[in-house]
Amino acid sequence: MATSTPDLADPSRRDFLYIATGAVGVVGAGALAWPFIDQMNPDASALALSSIEVDISAIQPGQIVTVQWRGKPVFIRNRTDKEMQDVKAVPLGDLKDPQADAARVKKGHENLLIVVGVCTHLGCIPLGHQGEYEGWFCPCHGSVYDPSGRIRKGPAPLNLEVPAYSFLSEKVVKIG
Amino acid sequence: MQGHSTYTPGTAFERWLDRRLPIVGLVHSSFVSFPTPKNLNYFWTFGAILSAMLVWQILTGIMLAMHYTPNDALAFASVEHIMRDVNYGWLLRYGHANGASMFFIAVYVHMFRGLYYGSYKEPREVLWLLGMIIFLLMMATGFMGYVLPWGQMSFWGATVITSLFGAIPVVGQSIVTWLWGGFSVGDPTLNRFFSLHYLLPFMIAGVVVLHVWALHVVGQNNPTGVEPKSTEDTVPFTPYATLKDIFATSVFFVFFAWFIFYIPNYLGDPDNYVEANRLATPAHIVPEWYFLPFYAILRSIPDKLGGVICMFGAIVMLFAVPWLDTSKVRSANYRPLYRWFFWILVIVAIGLGWLGAQEPKDWYVFISRLLTAYYFIHFLVILPLLGLIETPKPLPPSISEAVLAKTGQQAHA
Ligand code: HEM
Ligand code: FES
Repeated sequence: MATSTPDLADPSRRDFLYIATGAVGVVGAGALAWPFIDQMNPDASALALSSIEVDISAIQPGQIVTVQWRGKPVFIRNRTDKEMQDVKAVPLGDLKDPQADAARVKKGHENLLIVVGVCTHLGCIPLGHQGEYEGWFCPCHGSVYDPSGRIRKGPAPLNLEVPAYSFLSEKVVKIG
Repeated sequence: MQGHSTYTPGTAFERWLDRRLPIVGLVHSSFVSFPTPKNLNYFWTFGAILSAMLVWQILTGIMLAMHYTPNDALAFASVEHIMRDVNYGWLLRYGHANGASMFFIAVYVHMFRGLYYGSYKEPREVLWLLGMIIFLLMMATGFMGYVLPWGQMSFWGATVITSLFGAIPVVGQSIVTWLWGGFSVGDPTLNRFFSLHYLLPFMIAGVVVLHVWALHVVGQNNPTGVEPKSTEDTVPFTPYATLKDIFATSVFFVFFAWFIFYIPNYLGDPDNYVEANRLATPAHIVPEWYFLPFYAILRSIPDKLGGVICMFGAIVMLFAVPWLDTSKVRSANYRPLYRWFFWILVIVAIGLGWLGAQEPKDWYVFISRLLTAYYFIHFLVILPLLGLIETPKPLPPSISEAVLAKTGQQAHA
């Protein structure tokens, strides 16, 4: 094979080298693209602001308190007995994003609902005690939530998100 | 239709340059001897108006950037500082904010001109596609610019629009977090929007060069939609088009000046003079007027993903117009049916814009759905069908004869 007549139809060593060089180039460009893309993700300082502690003892029945967590509002709602009865009475089949009220609160603290105050439609902040179910109403495009923060009407697809939280004592909740 | 350059380098320097970089000849053939159909009306001056607006936005923007601070704690105050302390800062800011609106007025006239006279048809498809890319870039630039003053509408507009990407299945939320650089719109978002707001206008300028290049390859369309056939049908770009463009641009800038000096906040939202507050959404969120028709489409669909698809679809569909329209006749002047549907579309677009600014209640939602459906039917059903069923009026044999027939008639009347 030491002749100088190239056989164009046959894959040769040269074709292999072309493809190999191209492949290395693509992998290299991809490897460089990742840092360029990832620099836009939340940085270390944004990730560090991960949890807050809130004193809940002063929240009256029927009252909603808004606190800020990771730059977002979080609603802490001390629900009345009637509100709790209402949300428990709803059959799961009537819900767009079916979830029982019991799955959205902590045992022993059923009156306390803690949800991220960001409408699951396009991110506005819903208004408390408003809308058909007197849970929340989002003024932006009219989503209606019940006192369990579950979506009942309007364009939002999901229930208000329940963040990770735990009771440090009877009075203090740690969110995040 | 590339104008045959009649340019001959005069001076010794021009001859020297011409052999090395024939740029004077290029400008001469594109903007001096370039043959322009002689029947163009004032709708054809909006290209020049748009170019002037782009230059204006870049100039005022660069000057604003000398005084503006892209930081969530300082941005709002820095815009007030521009308004109160910087010499002529009020002029720069009002000029830039209203300039964006003027830019969009001009682009909508320009696009509807194209739809009326069939300027997107063979051989001008690429020209139309490049125009659509400019339109998309303009929308991105306008949106990100509006976030910079960091008022309530800036913040909540940014939240709602970036959240649109959250409707994408599976990866949506990660994309939104990536766009924000955090868990909500915040300082990182403002910073990157400033960076991109500075960049995109220059990308627009680049695509404008391609747009004009494509225009000069295929030549301008004209109100008859009949291609020029002889030198009888055209006049040289300079002085005819040049002076007409300068005149129209001047009139447009008088209109623009009226906004800057007399009603500078008419097109803005008072809520944007309240600093961004991440714990309170304004009672009624509205985007800038130029996005309202698309916003109305988004809101009319009672489903998150569906709404987002329809809104982006309403824009993306315009890319396909050259292939959706099956009629070979360009100008609506010779298309008795299309002409009606064109004006209905204009009214529907304005109607959607009006609805986009209303609160999403009661019958507004119903009418929005009706108009949204019509908007899609226009492009996806009416446009393809019309070409098959409509009998066009006879086309004039040439531009000159059309012009003569018209002026002849007027002489008799
Ligand atoms: C396609 C051209 C452009 C458009 C459509 C546009 C649009 C806008 C809009 C709508 C605003 C918000 C104005 C307000 O309500 O206060 C804005 C702000 C701003 N733009 Fe632009 N812009 C363009 C080009 C540029 C360029 C090239 C720069 C250069 C850096 C720039 C720099 C700024 C700055 C610093 C602000 C913040 C100050 C302010 O809010 O007035 N813009 N732009
Ligand atoms: S953001 Fe709440 S309904 Fe759209």
